[in-house]
Amino acid sequence: MAEEKRIILEYADQINPENAGEYIKVGGYKGLEKARAMSRKDVIEEVKKSGLRGRGGAGFPAGLKWSFVPEAPVKYVVCNLDEGEPGTYKDRIICQKNAQAVLEGMAICGTAIDSTKGYIYCRGEYPYVVDLLNKAIDSAKEAGVLGDFDIEVRMGAGAYVCGEETALIESIEGNRGEPRFKPPFPGVEGLWGVPTIVNNVETFAALPYILSNGGEWFAGIGAPKYPGTKILTLTGDVNNATYFEVPTDYNLRDVIYTLGGGIKNGKKFKAVQVGGTSGAFIPEQNLNTPIDFDSMSAIGAALGSGAVLVLDETRDIVDVVTRIAKFFEHESCGKCNPCREGTFRAFELMEIINDGLGNAGDLDTLKILGRVMKNASFCGLGQAAPIPIQSTLQHFEHEYKRKFL
Amino acid sequence: MSNYKDIIASVKDTRGGIIEAFHALQKEYNYIPAEAFREAARVFKLSEAEAYGVGTFYSYLSFEKRGKYIIRMCESAPCHVAGADEVLKALENHLGIAVGETTPDGKFTLELTECIGQCQVTPVITVNSDPIGNIDPQRIAEVLAPFK
Repeated sequence: MAEEKRIILEYADQINPENAGEYIKVGGYKGLEKARAMSRKDVIEEVKKSGLRGRGGAGFPAGLKWSFVPEAPVKYVVCNLDEGEPGTYKDRIICQKNAQAVLEGMAICGTAIDSTKGYIYCRGEYPYVVDLLNKAIDSAKEAGVLGDFDIEVRMGAGAYVCGEETALIESIEGNRGEPRFKPPFPGVEGLWGVPTIVNNVETFAALPYILSNGGEWFAGIGAPKYPGTKILTLTGDVNNATYFEVPTDYNLRDVIYTLGGGIKNGKKFKAVQVGGTSGAFIPEQNLNTPIDFDSMSAIGAALGSGAVLVLDETRDIVDVVTRIAKFFEHESCGKCNPCREGTFRAFELMEIINDGLGNAGDLDTLKILGRVMKNASFCGLGQAAPIPIQSTLQHFEHEYKRKFL
Repeated sequence: MSNYKDIIASVKDTRGGIIEAFHALQKEYNYIPAEAFREAARVFKLSEAEAYGVGTFYSYLSFEKRGKYIIRMCESAPCHVAGADEVLKALENHLGIAVGETTPDGKFTLELTECIGQCQVTPVITVNSDPIGNIDPQRIAEVLAPFK
């Protein structure tokens, strides 16, 4: 089993993503029709039965999240299209290949939680996706398929932290994108203080297929505890640096050597970083691991956004991690001290080490700093920022020590 | 060139829409001029301090005059391993400016950016948000020729 399985991307490049009519011809909007004929409770049960878990990185069960939403006169559905995780472009691909499925998924969520208004928060780096989505929404409205569910697109402006759901909500409200204290969670008190479901693009895009084919069908695909498919984006030293949709029990080694076509220029493998820039670096001995959420966690890594950055034997890991440390120093929003100061100091230490001016004491300081950031940072940004450093200190400490000579 | 008041008025009914107003202004002027910024703060009923706090939080919004073409070099890890440093040096040499500067003729501004989600064609630059991939540092002149 080393083949792609396309569900969300089955009709990629065969239909115009802007055009609702073309999507309907390949079975689109059947899931929403079905959901509207069901009770709200049954829709949520069906999604629970599917086992669908959030595809943005946290892996929270979608149906369970929806079930927490209390009764309220106004509720919102928010689609997180702020994919800022370096090496990730799956949400852009989903929109450019199958935008109507995202709209349908949002409307299905609207049916389940009784909301008539959705927002798509698209990162500022994708103005062309904003245009595409606006056309797709117009086309869906013209076709009459969205009913009374309205969708508005908002654009971010280059802040990675806005991928965090409460920071994203702050940004839609027109504020600085700083995360909020949780609880209350957005499902209870979100956008403008009312119950709000925030899900990732890929999570929404899976819903039409779950509703059309049934929760059981979806639950039977891939890894039992994280079922379905996952779209991966391969970057770095592989022959086929492109995107793939695979069942979630797909093996990481096959991602690199079968789909990725192996390491470029006949070189050998050194490390792979899965889940984007906040993910762990994985050494050769852990490659025979399925990519699903729990299998990745078990080896101290994370599936995250599904980005896969491959480094060949010639790459300087300490240099790459220094670059990553600069990323977090730049993107820390500054709200909490452990992240604001921690990312600054981590970058400073990494630069010293990378320039050959470090010593063994710096590695100890980095380890302590990482622990503090992981335990004390306010949101996921500061908690995840030390992971690339910690994982490379664990598996590639010799590369750090080589810099001291 | 449209009047900044009309631009702001076109989004004034958008709830929490000051960021949308900033985007619309920047689309027209390539940055947010001071006068237009004050008008946006007034229309969205924010103090200038608050509005400035919002605007400066986001790295894509600029309150300083920039060139006609804003070139951004992606420096995230996938572009970094694909040779972003060499491309940046070539861009600086070709344009005769450093990161953050604008050419004297007002044509080009050079900026750094984090990942722009075009990692299938690293290293990547954008010119006014349009991505151009697989950049060869030897061929910068060719890449920028259409914008001269």
